[in-house]
Amino acid sequence: MLALRNRSALALDAGLLAGALLLFSLLLLTSGKNPLDTYGSLLRSTLGSAYGLSEVVVKLIPLLFTALAVALPARLGLVNVGGEGQLHLGALFAASAALSLGPGTPGWLGLPAGALAGMLGGAAWAFAPALLRSLGWLNETISTLLLNYVALRVVDFFVYGALRDPGSANVPQTKAFGPGFLWPAFTGRVHVGIALGLLALALAAVLLFLTRWGYEIRAIGGNPVAAHRHGLPLAATTIAVLCAGGALAGLAGTGEIMAIQGRLRPHFSADFGYLGFLISWLAGHRPLRILVMGFLVAVIATGGDSLQLDQGLPSATVNILMALLLFVVLAREGKRGV
Amino acid sequence: MASDFFQGWLAGGILASTPIFYAALGETVVEKAGLINLGVEGTMLVGASVGFAVSSTTGSVAVGLCAAALLGGVFNLLLGPLVVGRGANQLASGLALMFLGQGLSAYYGKAFVGTTVDGLGPLALPVLSRVPWLGPILFRQDLLVYLTVPSAIFVWYLLGRTSWGLHLRAVGEDRMVAYAAGSNTGLLRYQALALGGVLAGIGGAHLSLAIAHTWTEGITAGRGFIAVALVIFAAWSPLRVLLGALIFGGTLALQIQLQARGAEVSPFLLDMLPYLVTLAVLVQLRKASRGRMPEGLKEVFESSA
Repeated sequence: MLALRNRSALALDAGLLAGALLLFSLLLLTSGKNPLDTYGSLLRSTLGSAYGLSEVVVKLIPLLFTALAVALPARLGLVNVGGEGQLHLGALFAASAALSLGPGTPGWLGLPAGALAGMLGGAAWAFAPALLRSLGWLNETISTLLLNYVALRVVDFFVYGALRDPGSANVPQTKAFGPGFLWPAFTGRVHVGIALGLLALALAAVLLFLTRWGYEIRAIGGNPVAAHRHGLPLAATTIAVLCAGGALAGLAGTGEIMAIQGRLRPHFSADFGYLGFLISWLAGHRPLRILVMGFLVAVIATGGDSLQLDQGLPSATVNILMALLLFVVLAREGKRGV
Repeated sequence: MASDFFQGWLAGGILASTPIFYAALGETVVEKAGLINLGVEGTMLVGASVGFAVSSTTGSVAVGLCAAALLGGVFNLLLGPLVVGRGANQLASGLALMFLGQGLSAYYGKAFVGTTVDGLGPLALPVLSRVPWLGPILFRQDLLVYLTVPSAIFVWYLLGRTSWGLHLRAVGEDRMVAYAAGSNTGLLRYQALALGGVLAGIGGAHLSLAIAHTWTEGITAGRGFIAVALVIFAAWSPLRVLLGALIFGGTLALQIQLQARGAEVSPFLLDMLPYLVTLAVLVQLRKASRGRMPEGLKEVFESSA
C-alpha cells in the first residue's frame, strides 16, 4: 500500500515536472523558437561541459550564503527577504576596507579584513530590521524587503561618488582591489568561496541540530510564547540570528567582488538575494537540501546567461522556467509546511 | 518660482502615485481575504508589458488597458492553485510569481523595447482645469488618475458595505468560521486574487502608457513591493491607500523636480527617500496597523519555521 502510494506520488511529481517543461516549450514555440534547441543550449552550457559545470558552481557560491541567510532566521520564525540588500552592503564594506587599506596589503591581512568587513556590512544592514522586530514595532518581512532598494542606492551613492575611480572616465566603478584582497581560485573562476559555502552549510547544520543555541533557536521558532515563558532570550536571539543571516549574505557579496569582479561596480548581483530566499524555502531551510536546490537554481540561472548569447533571448526568460519549476515544488510540498 | 515648484511637484506626485495606488488597492482586497501576494511586482510587470504591447499593436489605449487588466487578473489567479488549493507557503509562492512576471514580460516585451506610444495623455477638464493654481495640478491629468478616488470608494464600498465583502473579510479573519457559516471560502479567495490582479495590471499599464510611454525590462523598479508595504501602512483601508500612495508618489516626484532644477542633492539619496519614508511611517503607525491586520494573515507571517 505504502509502496503504491509512493509510486503514484512519484508519477505525479514526474507529471508535474514534465508539465512545467512542456509549458515552457509552448511559450517558446509561440514566438517561433525551437524548444529542443533551447533546452539543448541550456544543458550544453551548464552540465554539458567542464566549463559549463564550473560556471554553475561559480553561480552556486553566493546562493549558498544567501540561502543560509534566509534559513537561519527562518528557523527562528523570521522572514528575511533582505538578502539582496545585505549582500550589497557587505560588498560595499569589503570594498571600503580594501580601498582604505591600500593595494599593498598582504594576503594574510587583506583576506580576513575583507571578509570581516563584508560580514559586518551585511550584519549592520540586518540590524535595524532585527531591532524593530524585537521591539515589536515592525515586521521584518516588510522592512528587510524595502531596505533592499535603499541598499542599492547606498552602493550607487558611493560608487558614483566617494569611492569612484577617477581614472575610469565613463564607467562608474571603484579602483581595482589589491592582490592581497582577491579570493584565490581553485580552477578557472571557481574560487575558495565554494569551500567556505560548504563549510558554512556544515556549521549551520551543527549549530542548529547539535548545539544548545541551535536547540533554543528551534524552540523559539516552534513556539515563541512557550519559549519566552521558559526564560529563553527572545529579543537577543532575534537580533543575533538575523544579524548572523545578514553577515552570511554580506559574505556572498564580498565573494562576488573579491573573486569574480575584482572591484565594486553598481548592479553586480544577479538577484542572488531573492534566489537565495527561494532556495531556502524550497529546501525547507535544511542545510543539505539547500545544496541540492541551490544547485538546481544555479543550473537554470547559468543557463539563462547562455540563452541570451546563443538564442538572443533576454536572460530573464529563464525566470519563466525557474518560476514554473518552483511552482511544481511548492505545490508538491503544499501543507507540509515548507 | 516657489509656486511653480510646488505646482510641478504636486502634479507630478499625483501622477507618480497612480500605478502604486492601483496595485496597493488590489493587494488590499487580496489581503482582506487572508492572502498575501508578494508577487504584485510581477503582476504589474505583466500589466505594463501587455498594456504597452497591445496599445502599440492595435493603436488603441482602451484595448491595451483592458488587456492589461484582464491578463493581470489571470496572472494573479496562478497563485490560487498553490496557496488556496495546496496551502503552499504564500511568501515563497509570491516571490515565484514575481520571477514569472519578470520572465514573461521580458520575453514577450523584447520586441517592443525602444518603441514609444502616445499612450494615455492628460485630459484637461473644461472649466475646472482653468481654476487658478489648483486646476493644472488636479484637472490636467489622465483618465486613470481621475478614476483613483472613485476606485478607492468603490473598493471601500465593496469590502465594507456589500455581503460579498462581508464574506470575503470573514474568510480573511477566520477561514474555518467562514466555512462553517456556509461561505465558499475557496471561490472567495480566487475572486479576491482576480480582482487584485486586475487592479495591479491597470497600475502597471499606467506606468508604461501614461508615465513612461515606453516599455523597458523591469520598468516597475520595486513599485510592486512598495504597494505591499502601502497596504500595511494603510492598515488595510482602501481610502487610506490613496493617502499612502500620494506620500510615496510625492517623494518620487520631489526628486524629479529637484533634479530638473539642478539642485545640489545626490539623486541616489533622493531615490532612497520613498522607501525610507514608507518605513518611517510604518514604524510610526505600528499600533494602529497591527490591530487591523486580518487574523488569517498573522498565520502567514508566523509560520515560517
